[in-house]
Amino acid sequence: MTDAMPVGERRQLAPPVVDTGVLGWARKNLFSSWGNGLTTVVLALVFGWLLSRFLNWALFTATFTAASGAECRGHGACWALIHEKYRYIFFGSFPYEQHWRPLFAVIAMLAMLVLSSDRRMWNKRLLLIWGIGSFVTFLLMFGQIHIPLGLILFVALAAGGLGMIMRGVLATPAELNGWRALAAIGAIGLALRLTGVLPAWSFVMAPLSYVETGLWGGIPVTLILATYGLVFAFPFGILLALGRRSNLPLIKGLCVGFIELIRGVPLISLLIMASVMLPLFLPSGMTIDKFLRAQVAVILFAGAYIAEIIRGGLQSLPKGQFEAADAMGLNYFQKTTLIILPQALRVVIPPLINTFIGFFKDTSLVLIIGIFDFLNTANQALVDPNWAGFPGEVYLFAAFIYFCFCYSMSRYSKHLEIELNKGTRR
Amino acid sequence: MKYVSKHLSIAAAVGLTAALASGAAMAGKDLDAIKARGAVICGVPTGIAGFAVADSQGKWVGLDVDVCRAVSAAIFGDSEKVKYVPLTSQQRFTALQSSEVDLLSNNTTITLQRDTALGLDFTAITYYDGQGFMVNKKLGVKSAKELNGATVCVAPGTTTELNLADYFRANKMSFKPVVIEKVEEIRAAFFSGRCDVYTTDVSSLAATRVANVPAPAKAEDFIILPEIISKEPLGPMVRHGDNQFTDIVRWAQYAMLEAEEYGITSKNVDDMLKSENPTIKRILGVTPGMGKALGVDEKWVYNIIKQVGNYGESFDKHVGPNSLLKIDRGVNKLWTQGGLQYAPPIR
Amino acid sequence: MAVESLGSRSRAKVSPWNDPVIRGWVFQIVVVGLVALLAWFLVSNTVENLQRQKIASGFHYLEREAGFEIGDTMIAYSPASTYARAILVGMLNTLKVAVLGIFLATILGTLIGVGRLSPNWLLAKVCEGYVEMFRNVPLLLWLFLIYKLISEAFPGPRQAISVLSSFFLSNRGLYFPVPLADPIHQWMGIALLVGIVAAFVVKRWAKKRQDATGQPFPIVWASFGLVLGLPILVWLLGGAPHGMSWPELKGFNFEGGTVIQPEFTALLVGLVLYTSAFVAEIVRSGILALNKGQSEAAMAIGLSRTQVMRLVLLPQALRIIVPPMTSQYLNITKNSSLAIAIGYPDLVASINVTINQTGQAIENILIIMAAYLSVSLSISAFMNWYNKRIALRER
Repeated sequence: MTDAMPVGERRQLAPPVVDTGVLGWARKNLFSSWGNGLTTVVLALVFGWLLSRFLNWALFTATFTAASGAECRGHGACWALIHEKYRYIFFGSFPYEQHWRPLFAVIAMLAMLVLSSDRRMWNKRLLLIWGIGSFVTFLLMFGQIHIPLGLILFVALAAGGLGMIMRGVLATPAELNGWRALAAIGAIGLALRLTGVLPAWSFVMAPLSYVETGLWGGIPVTLILATYGLVFAFPFGILLALGRRSNLPLIKGLCVGFIELIRGVPLISLLIMASVMLPLFLPSGMTIDKFLRAQVAVILFAGAYIAEIIRGGLQSLPKGQFEAADAMGLNYFQKTTLIILPQALRVVIPPLINTFIGFFKDTSLVLIIGIFDFLNTANQALVDPNWAGFPGEVYLFAAFIYFCFCYSMSRYSKHLEIELNKGTRR
Repeated sequence: MKYVSKHLSIAAAVGLTAALASGAAMAGKDLDAIKARGAVICGVPTGIAGFAVADSQGKWVGLDVDVCRAVSAAIFGDSEKVKYVPLTSQQRFTALQSSEVDLLSNNTTITLQRDTALGLDFTAITYYDGQGFMVNKKLGVKSAKELNGATVCVAPGTTTELNLADYFRANKMSFKPVVIEKVEEIRAAFFSGRCDVYTTDVSSLAATRVANVPAPAKAEDFIILPEIISKEPLGPMVRHGDNQFTDIVRWAQYAMLEAEEYGITSKNVDDMLKSENPTIKRILGVTPGMGKALGVDEKWVYNIIKQVGNYGESFDKHVGPNSLLKIDRGVNKLWTQGGLQYAPPIR
Repeated sequence: MAVESLGSRSRAKVSPWNDPVIRGWVFQIVVVGLVALLAWFLVSNTVENLQRQKIASGFHYLEREAGFEIGDTMIAYSPASTYARAILVGMLNTLKVAVLGIFLATILGTLIGVGRLSPNWLLAKVCEGYVEMFRNVPLLLWLFLIYKLISEAFPGPRQAISVLSSFFLSNRGLYFPVPLADPIHQWMGIALLVGIVAAFVVKRWAKKRQDATGQPFPIVWASFGLVLGLPILVWLLGGAPHGMSWPELKGFNFEGGTVIQPEFTALLVGLVLYTSAFVAEIVRSGILALNKGQSEAAMAIGLSRTQVMRLVLLPQALRIIVPPMTSQYLNITKNSSLAIAIGYPDLVASINVTINQTGQAIENILIIMAAYLSVSLSISAFMNWYNKRIALRER
């Protein structure tokens, strides 16, 4: 018996239709069994119906421009409210003509965050980026910057001291002398300033009109609270984590007590404490700006959470690293800053980004103490009696903006996790 | 290296405290702080028509606002040197206690508890008010005694909340409270039907009825029940401690009353400067002495009346017959006309 | 040439300045000293400020009459009760929301986490969409949205939606009938506890029997029967009292029956939906972290997909899941404090009103911190005990 075709020319048959392409995929993923198929049908019906109702309300019968709320009522969504109030929702009560200032401040902060996410910048350039970015942000938001001489001298002292400690082993004598000189200038200058020999001068830059923190609102407030809350909480968290792992019992007790206390209470109670109790803690007459109080509460809260994350990273390091560093004769500071922390921080970057996303959402709680972050301004936009009765539109808009920010950050975090794990053995 | 770092850390701690201390505003008394700052910071309600409302330009007007403007006119000679901070009923006392505001002009009722346990002081009574109830006409309720079992919207941290509980207990009725902090949200809850009754001071009820009813409903759909269930003397508050500032606030209010009693208005105050009446000369500072005793400029009353007006003008413009609210002066008339407003003499 | 044996070398003589032990202690004393200095600075300022402003101090105010009414209470409360009772009511409300929230969020989160791993593409994508949607928007925003929807979507009590004339849904809440109080209920409660204990006993016995003889026993049905059947048996024996309290519209509101108020509903629904998204992620990563060989071997011996999940994967994944779950449970408890934003009278709301009426901020904040710390520590302690119980005991 011979085949219809000679052996060498056997024609390839096409694969069965129901196993490949769209149909094949659908069969495998949607209809692989009776239960599966039923689930697919039910879900498709339910979501199809919900989606069609939602689109109908949100797009097809919606009003996009209207002069007042009364015109908008009755049919679908009233996006005219957003069109009318979007500037208040985004920027709060910042003086209307100067809304370009918070806009550029937000752009500066986003630029800082995006640049920091680029791994090529993870060295000294980071300090430069953050320094310039923060300066620009606060100059735009405040309008005028007064830096008192005492603060400049203190920063000189701190920078000189840090430089001496951290570069003590690695620096050339010339560089070490440079750090020592900086610290000396700072110390002597402070002493002279405190005894009154140097006058109370301050460095003033006043290119724009002054806008106090009570008028700030919207996205800039949310971004500033979250970003600078975490920036300042980060070194604080490192210190707490190192303290918790230290062998010195008093330090360990203090750090453990602080971390457990802060993690056990809700952020709301810390905010209420900051706004109500902090004035009692300070000498009479000394007041602290309400925005600063909220920022300090966020920093303390974030510090405790970051400390726990970094502690996890420290625990994941093999003991050999510590022992080898000791064997090389490095002291505690050198061991920590040169060997341990770089490795530990690398491991904890994705959880840190998740913490940042969490705090970006948690800043909405400052609504309770009367600070106008993005959620609060959205809430306030509902209050106008001319435009009453459209909570769905405003809240959906606010949710959409939050979603954009948080989803992009979480996707970046996932991407970073994959990238950072490329080098590790699986 | 370690001893260097230890020394440095101690020095750093000292330096930090010093740097901050040299920069922070270490003002002593409240009045000194106000004068150094150049403005009075005034806590006002977030939005009650007639008492404190920000118009579309962001300018605050109202009866409570006028008290702040009078204080500013007395201290600085300019009634516009005021920063307004809107505060809810829960935030107002802590804001004053924590020096976030200097003066609280927030439709606050004077009570013993507030005068003593909170560390705050009252100055003079701006408005004699009482608490009432507002309901939708559709409910067919004509008296507060018919409100058994109702759901009542109320703001927390107010005498309203306590009086409400007392009234219902005394009349053996029960109610369900809906407690919301922001006055705008209370109104939204009431107008959406979440609660049957809205209770607060009658003046605020009248303001809400006139200014805050959302379309398509109208003011006539709502009635304020006739029962007034409490005394609510409303007045500004200051912190314990700076008696001079307290005196200035108190006498600024009395000055507005005295001016009305002696017929001085913002329109005729310049002519009144030439008056021969010794009382008027003393009030307006033509005869010096009163301003010096208070620690302000001698023309303090002149500035107040010229820029803000006397009590009657302020009342009429914001809550009286010339305003949206059209509240009758009632017990807020001067004592010479049978009301309760009685200012001690400026002498 | 002398070789020193380990441990025989005496400590080298160093000057005290370089001795690490002494330096450690000096450092600690300096740090503690600084902290004590800061604490003394704060405390002395506080005392001076309190005295200057003549704010009262001490906990005596707890015995004073509260004077305000609370809308949603689990225990009897009236404006004549003390501040202490008002705070207790708030605490019970917080616990109610926390316990129910933990329970419901775990169930919903597990279902969604497992759903995300389903072979059905549509189901997996829907679950993923749910998780991403709820994780990326603040909880407060969800609470506002849900609360506003509930209060504006439902009609007033006079036009309430009624089901079977006994369930009424309006913007005042969901009213439904409850049985009238009867002494038999105590016995039913005891029967319930007995039933739960009996169910555990039966489970242990059935497992032993299965280990010995291989015969399976319908543990789930038996437990249900015991836990539900015993109280019903007691009820029948007691004469089956069936007096019910029916909600009726009287005047402004419904009287009788019991109510689930919109504030409570919004808070619970918001918390459960939000936290279940995080729980779903934890469950999913727990299951994905397992060795693939486990599920492959289970399927190779013929278990169905549900059996694979229930008998093989989830029990092993529990070890990975429990620590992050602990922090989610703590988060639910702490996030319940957001009740203050939508008007639900929880602990923070009660304390806030008390601070306003009495002016004593410090004592009240100490109460809040003590309450939340004790709840958090108990949840952590319980979860740590559970964690140790299910941990792999390695040699």
